[in-house]
Amino acid sequence: MDWVTVLLYAVLVTFGWLNIYASVYDETINQSIFDLGLSSGRQLLFIGAGLIIILAILIIDMRFYDTFAYAIYGGILFLLILVPIIGKEVGGNKAWIGIGIFGGQPSEFAKFATALAVAKYIGTIGFRMDNLRNQLVLFAMIGLPMVLILLQKDTGTALVFTAFMVVFYREGMSPFLILVGIGCAIIFVLALLVDNNLYLYAVIGVVWFALIIFSRRKKIKRLALLTVGALALIGMLQSVDYVVEKVLKPHQQNRVKALINPDADPLGYGWNVTQSKIAIGSGGFLGKGFLHGTQTKFDFVPEQSTDFIFCTIGEEHGFIGSLITLSLWVALLLRIVFIAERQKNRFTRVFAYATLSILFFHFAVNIGMTLGLFPVIGIPLPFFSYGGSSFWGFTILLFILLKLDAHRGEVLQRI
Amino acid sequence: MNDGRKEIVQVIIVLVALVFLIKLFSIQVLDNKYAELADSNAILKQIDYPVRGLLYDRNGKLLVYNTPEYDIQVVTSEIKQLDTAAFCSVFRVTREELKLKFEELRAKKEYSPVKLTTFLTQLSNDDFARIQDRLIDFPGFYIQARSTRSYTTSAFANGLGYVSEISKSQLDRDTTNTYRQGDYIGQSGLEAYYEKYLSGKRGVRFKMRDVDGIDKGSFKNGELDTLSVPGKNLITTIDLDLQLYGEYLMQGKAGSIVAIEPETGEILAFVSGPSYDPNMLTGKNYSKNFKFISSDTTKPLFSRPLMAQYRPGSIFKIAQAMVALQEGVITPETRIVCNRSIINCHGSHRNEDLRGAITHSCNPYFHNVLRRMLNKGKANDPFTDTRIGLEEWNQHMRSFGFGKPLGIDLPNEKSGLVPSPASYDKAYRGRAWKFSNIYSIAIGEGENLVVPIQMANFAATIANRGYYYTPHLVKSIGESGKPLPAFQIKHFTTIDSTYFSVAVDAMQSVVEGGTAQYRAKLSDIIVCGKTGTVENNPPLFDHSVFIAFAPRDNPKIAISVYVEDAGQGGRAAASIASLLIEKYLQGGTKRKHIEDYVLRGDFD
Repeated sequence: MDWVTVLLYAVLVTFGWLNIYASVYDETINQSIFDLGLSSGRQLLFIGAGLIIILAILIIDMRFYDTFAYAIYGGILFLLILVPIIGKEVGGNKAWIGIGIFGGQPSEFAKFATALAVAKYIGTIGFRMDNLRNQLVLFAMIGLPMVLILLQKDTGTALVFTAFMVVFYREGMSPFLILVGIGCAIIFVLALLVDNNLYLYAVIGVVWFALIIFSRRKKIKRLALLTVGALALIGMLQSVDYVVEKVLKPHQQNRVKALINPDADPLGYGWNVTQSKIAIGSGGFLGKGFLHGTQTKFDFVPEQSTDFIFCTIGEEHGFIGSLITLSLWVALLLRIVFIAERQKNRFTRVFAYATLSILFFHFAVNIGMTLGLFPVIGIPLPFFSYGGSSFWGFTILLFILLKLDAHRGEVLQRI
Repeated sequence: MNDGRKEIVQVIIVLVALVFLIKLFSIQVLDNKYAELADSNAILKQIDYPVRGLLYDRNGKLLVYNTPEYDIQVVTSEIKQLDTAAFCSVFRVTREELKLKFEELRAKKEYSPVKLTTFLTQLSNDDFARIQDRLIDFPGFYIQARSTRSYTTSAFANGLGYVSEISKSQLDRDTTNTYRQGDYIGQSGLEAYYEKYLSGKRGVRFKMRDVDGIDKGSFKNGELDTLSVPGKNLITTIDLDLQLYGEYLMQGKAGSIVAIEPETGEILAFVSGPSYDPNMLTGKNYSKNFKFISSDTTKPLFSRPLMAQYRPGSIFKIAQAMVALQEGVITPETRIVCNRSIINCHGSHRNEDLRGAITHSCNPYFHNVLRRMLNKGKANDPFTDTRIGLEEWNQHMRSFGFGKPLGIDLPNEKSGLVPSPASYDKAYRGRAWKFSNIYSIAIGEGENLVVPIQMANFAATIANRGYYYTPHLVKSIGESGKPLPAFQIKHFTTIDSTYFSVAVDAMQSVVEGGTAQYRAKLSDIIVCGKTGTVENNPPLFDHSVFIAFAPRDNPKIAISVYVEDAGQGGRAAASIASLLIEKYLQGGTKRKHIEDYVLRGDFD
C-alpha cells in the first residue's frame, strides 16, 4: 500500500470538506459543519460511504479488475444509455439515475470504467500502438462514453475523456495528433481574439513563404503539403465565426467570450469568471480567514461548493492556502507518475496513467477556469468539490490503482 | 518505449501548476483591485445624514427648521426586469427622463453597478408617501432621507443666508474630506458662518448583503459604524417682531436698518432692503429661483447692512467732536462763527458752541474743528503738518470701529474707509496734498466710507459712553451656550468717557430741538440721535441717515438707519429709527401719522 498517496488523499479530502462548509456557511443561521441541511454535512456522509467503497476495493482480489474490465465498462455504457431514458434532470443536465434512495451520475463512474477497459486493451499481448486497427479500437473506447455523455448535454465531463490522449502518448502514440489538436485550439482562440482575420491571413502567408524560402530540401511533396496546410488554416479561420455562431449553443458561446474578455459584460456572461477572480484575488496573501469570505458565502460566486470550490480556498486562505493546495496536487500527480513507472505490468501502468490524466485534466481545467485561464467548463475539482458521485468516482479510480500497485510483485509472478 | 515521455508528462504537470501560481500571485498579492471589488460587492455603505441645527430668535421663536426631503438611490446590479411603465407612473417621470437619468447615472465618476448611487433627488413628502409602498416592486431602489431648510417667515433672509448643494469648487477646497457631492452646505449668512456647528457630523453604517441584496447583518459587528451627530441649534440675537416691523417699514425702499443692544453688542434687527423670501431658495426651488433672484437689478441678495459702503454724512460730526475734545483742540464751550464762504450750511444759527453746532449740524464749525486737529503746527510745512494730524485722527477714528471689518459673525463684511496719509498718497499719486484738499471729510463727505453696521456700532459705543462689544447675531450656540469668545470682549475707544457725555447731551438736543425734532422725538422716552444727509448725484435725492440710541440713561437699543435716495436725514431715517425704538421699548407706536408717512414713502 502506497501510504504517501493515501496521506495526500486524506489531506485533500479533509481540506475540501472544510472548504465546502465555508462556502455555504451562513453567519445569521450558524449551522454546524455536521448539519445534514448543509452540503458539508452531506459530504461527510459521502466520505463515510467512500471509506466503505475503499474497503471493498482493497478486499476484492486484484485479478478481478483485470478480468472484469470489459464487463464493468459494458455495464457502465449500459447505464449511460439508460440515462436519457429513465434519468432525472438535475441542474439542467439529465445525468442522474436513481433506484430508491440510491442514485448517482453514471458519467462519473464511466471514467474509471473506461480507464479499466483501455488498460486491459493496451495490456493485451500483441497490442501495438502503431497499428491503425488497434488505434481505432482505442478511440472507439473513449469515443463511446463521450458521445453518450454528450447526449446528456454534459460537455464538460465528455471533454474529460480527451485526457486519455496522454495515456496513448505515453504508450507510444505519435504526438502529432495531440499537437494538431492543441494547435487548432490555439488558432480557434486567436481567431476570436483578433477582430480582423486579415492579420492572421497575413501571418500565415508570411510563415508559409518563409518556410518555402528557408526549407533546405525543396521537394514538391513538401511544398504541396505546406500549401495545403496554409489553405486549411485559412479555411479553419473562416469557419470559426460560423462555428461560434451556429454550432456552439448560446451558453457555450458565452463561456468562450467570457474567457476572452470577461469585462465586456461583467453582469452577464462574464459574471462567473469576474466574480470568481474577485473572490480569489480579494484573498490577498494570507486570506480573509476561515468562514470570513464574503464572495463565496454571500453567493456572489455561483456553484461555490461544487465547480468553483477553489474560490473559497483562494478567498479565505489567500496565496498561502492556494500555494499549499497546488503543492498537494502536484505532489499527488507526480506520485502517481512515480507509481505508474514502477509497474512491471502494462495493465497497471496504463491504468495508472489513465488515473493521472483524468485527475490532471480536472485539476488543470477546474482551477484554470476559476482563474479565468480556461473557458468555464463545469467539471469538479476532485476530492474538493461537493457531490457524491464524483467523489466516489475519483476515490474508486485512485484506490483501484493503489490496490493494483500494492500487488505489483504478484503480477510479475503470474506472468 | 519510453523515450523521455515520462519526463515530458512531469514537466507539463509542474508547468501548469507554475502558470497557476504566477496568476494567483498577480491577482492575490500584486493587484489590490480585487479586494476593493469584493468589498464593494458585499459591503453596502449607508450614510446617516445628521439633522442640521435649527435657528431661533432671541425670544425662542423658531426662524429656520428642516423639512424632510427624499432621494432615490439605486444599485443597478440589483435591478430585476424594471417595469418602466410602472416606474414612470409611480415616480412621475417620463420615459425619456428615465432614460436620461440612467445615462447620467452611468456617466457619474463614482458609479459602480454594485454601489448605492443617487438616482432621483429632492422628492417631497407627498412624493415619498406615494412611492414608499410601491418601492418593494422595484428591487435595487432605495430611499435616502435628508432634510432641506424651511423658514417660518420671510424675515431676515440676508442674515440667515441659504443652503444649497455643495459646488464643485467648494468640494475641491474641502481638504478634510468632510463633504461629498450632493451634500448641502451653508452658502451665505449665518448658514455659512456657523456651518461647522450647524452641519453636525455624518454617520456611516456598513452592512453586508448577499448577491440578491439581502441584508446579512452589520460588517464586523458594527465596529466601523458611526452614529450621526445632530448639528447644534443657534439662538440668534434677532428680535423677530422688531425685525418684521423694520422690514415692514423698509418695504419699497433701498437701504438698511441695524439695531443693537449696546450693553452686549447683540444685533436686534438686521434689515436689508430690498430682500427676498428665503423659502424661494430651498430644496428643489433653489436651482429654479436662484438665477432669477441673483439677476434682479435691485440686488436682493446684496446684504446692505454689511456690504454697502456709504459716506456717513453729518452723523460723523459726533465722532469729529469727540476726537477734537480728546486732542484738546476745542472745549465744549468753544464757539466758532458759521462762516458759509468756505462751506455751505443751513438754518439760521450764527455763532454756536459745540452742542449748538451738533444740534444744528453746522458745517463751517466742523470744517474749523478738523483744521485745528490736522494742522496743530507740529511741523512747519503745512503738508507734513497735515500728514501728522491726519495720522492721529485716523487712529482715533479706527478705535470707533470705522475703517476695518468689525468681525461680525457673517461672511463678506466690508471694511469701509477712514482716510489715512497712505490712502491720500495713493489717491493723489504722489502729488502733495494738505488740509485744503481734503477738508470735506470734516462733515462725513469726501473719502469717508462707512458700513451701516459700523454706524449702529458707533451709536452703541456712544450709548455705552466709550466701549463696544463686536456686534453679533448669535447669542448662544446650542440651547444654553454662549456666543463665540470674540463677542465677549469689550473694545474701548481712544476717547475719555467724559467727552462721551458731551456727545450724549448734544445728541439729545438734536432730537429735542435740532434737525430731528419733528419726527424722532418721543413723549416718554429720551432719544439721543444725529441726522445725516449724504450728498447724492442730482437729480437723485440725497441719502437719508440717522443714528440714535434710547433711552438716554441705561440705553437698551442703538440703531442706524440708512435710506437711499430719500432726502434729509431728519425725515425718512429719523422716522423709521424712532418707530423702531418705540416698537422695541414700548411694543408699538402711538404716532400713526409717522408710520403712515414712512409707508407712503414720499419724503420730498
